[in-house]
Amino acid sequence: MGAITRRPILAAMIALIVLVAIRLSFIVVPETKMALIVRFGAPNRVLGQSQAGINWRIPFFENTVWIDKRVRDVDMEQQQVLSTDQLRLQVDAFARFRVIDPLRLYIRARSEDRVSQALRPILGSELRNELGKRSFASLLSPEREGAMENVQRGLNRVAAQYGVQIIDVRIKKTDLPEGSPLESAFERMRTAREQEARSIRAEGAKRAQIIRAQADAEAAQTYAASFGKDPQFYDFYRAMQSYQTTFLGDGQTKPAATQIIMSPDNEFLRQFRGGAAR
Amino acid sequence: MTVFSGWGSRARGLFADNKSPWGPVSGPGEDEPPREGPRSPWSDPDRGGQSPSGGGATNSLEDLLRRGRERLGGGGGRSGGGGGFELPSGGLMVWVGLALVAAWLVFTSFHSIAPEERGVVTTLGRYNRTVGSGIGLTLPYPFERMQKVDVENIRNVDLGSTGTETLMLTGDQNIIDIAYSVRWNIRDPELYIFKLQNPDDTIEQVAESAMRAVIGTVTLNDAIGQRRGQIEAQVQENMQRILDHYQAGVLVQGVAIKQADPPAKVNEAFKDVTAAQQEAASYINSANAYSLQLRQKALGEAGAFDRIYAQYKLAPEVTRRRMYYETMENVLGKVDKTIIEAPGVTPYLPLPPAGRSATTPPAVQQGAAK
Repeated sequence: MGAITRRPILAAMIALIVLVAIRLSFIVVPETKMALIVRFGAPNRVLGQSQAGINWRIPFFENTVWIDKRVRDVDMEQQQVLSTDQLRLQVDAFARFRVIDPLRLYIRARSEDRVSQALRPILGSELRNELGKRSFASLLSPEREGAMENVQRGLNRVAAQYGVQIIDVRIKKTDLPEGSPLESAFERMRTAREQEARSIRAEGAKRAQIIRAQADAEAAQTYAASFGKDPQFYDFYRAMQSYQTTFLGDGQTKPAATQIIMSPDNEFLRQFRGGAAR
Repeated sequence: MTVFSGWGSRARGLFADNKSPWGPVSGPGEDEPPREGPRSPWSDPDRGGQSPSGGGATNSLEDLLRRGRERLGGGGGRSGGGGGFELPSGGLMVWVGLALVAAWLVFTSFHSIAPEERGVVTTLGRYNRTVGSGIGLTLPYPFERMQKVDVENIRNVDLGSTGTETLMLTGDQNIIDIAYSVRWNIRDPELYIFKLQNPDDTIEQVAESAMRAVIGTVTLNDAIGQRRGQIEAQVQENMQRILDHYQAGVLVQGVAIKQADPPAKVNEAFKDVTAAQQEAASYINSANAYSLQLRQKALGEAGAFDRIYAQYKLAPEVTRRRMYYETMENVLGKVDKTIIEAPGVTPYLPLPPAGRSATTPPAVQQGAAK
């Protein structure tokens, strides 16, 4: 104590250094991270893997490497997949992973970003291999869920080497490649629509024709039921109507001027000649 | 060594504090000095240096204040020659320091949390609790941190904007141009902050993936037509399942398909289908009109005949004659007539000019009435 009071500035400086050392000797690990303690370059222990909180370390001798504990993603570049039926499909997928063994991650890849980079091409090739075993139609179908599990399994084997775990692999996009595949798909859609349009028109025409024929048939039936009661009288009745229409028109259009030359033998002129019996 | 033991006790006090769930409620007055300890090396080195010379831990704010007063009035008191040279301004600095401490306490311990927010409190990095809206009390800054998260605000992610084409393959290998939006909010703020590196991007990716997966199972006509609602519900469900698997702490409120159309390049063909449907309908309409007309006409004619026939039945010969004469009157009354009296005589016939008379009807022959 006496020494401190005698040399206050030195004492203050020592105290300051001690305080800084103390400050450096504990380390607050947040929920989102793990701290890998590296002693002289050699990874020593992991803090905060299961639980965040405060921890101790030896200042100046131990360094901290922060590793993200959260779920991260590997976004793959678009891949062209050739299906078994030789059709091309543009596939875009992503994987999500989580660090489970930070020590291994540090030794093998140093950082999560580098793991992400390392996994990206592998995700691509796994995906190409797996989807390449399938037909084009099944690439689009829900059956591809099974494919994703296989990709995830394959990717996990590699991921385990880096101390990370793949929790999900998912296809984001499946598109037809630009150019002829896309154009031919459009063409197919267009022709399919044309076919549909034609068949709709034909169907409409068919139904219209049937409706007309039905009407004709019903009308014929009506006529037959009525006129059939006395065909002879109908013949006379209809002839009378016909003369009127033929010579005088139906009231809408005037017929051509008509001249009639009648023989005195004509039935109409029977009485005219004196009522001679026929 | 006293320094170390002092620190040790403080640190222990600190930990004891943290273990108590009532830490922040116990009142800032009692908890302050230990908390101030670790902070001092940076915020106020002067005071940090001073505590060893003070010889022991400062146990409460009152203690600190008292010592400050002593220094201010008594010219250093116990600190002796150590702080002697900074005496004139030293007192002032203590007050300034105290004011800073007070401000720091107020600003980092009291948090006003808006009604739509939740405060996620971490104690020394570890998740401790989530507090609701109102005034949230925490330990001051380095010990407890609060992150406010808006949980009520429903966020909207638009995918495949209506201006550009977002093409997706349907289950029947057709292509659809789709635009949709996803509404979501935060269900568990602590999961939302801690579990995903990039929650917003994740939600977008999951939305796209889920939408394409569902569209891949339906036909083009279904996607364009009536099954939209079903697709929306299915996408929402899938998204929720995937996000729960990620522990995203997100609630998907809804998926809305804003547009589901055939791509522009084939749109004409699709419009033609609609036109064809209209045309087909118009064919059928005109056939129906014809049918109605024809049947009415038949009924009309048949009805007329039936009535006349009924009369004819009562007096067949007379009716027949009457009708014959009436018709002849009508017809012959309005046309030019020539009667040739003597057989074998061929008179001059004033036939109309050729061409007009091509269809001159033949003479009414005998027997018309038969």
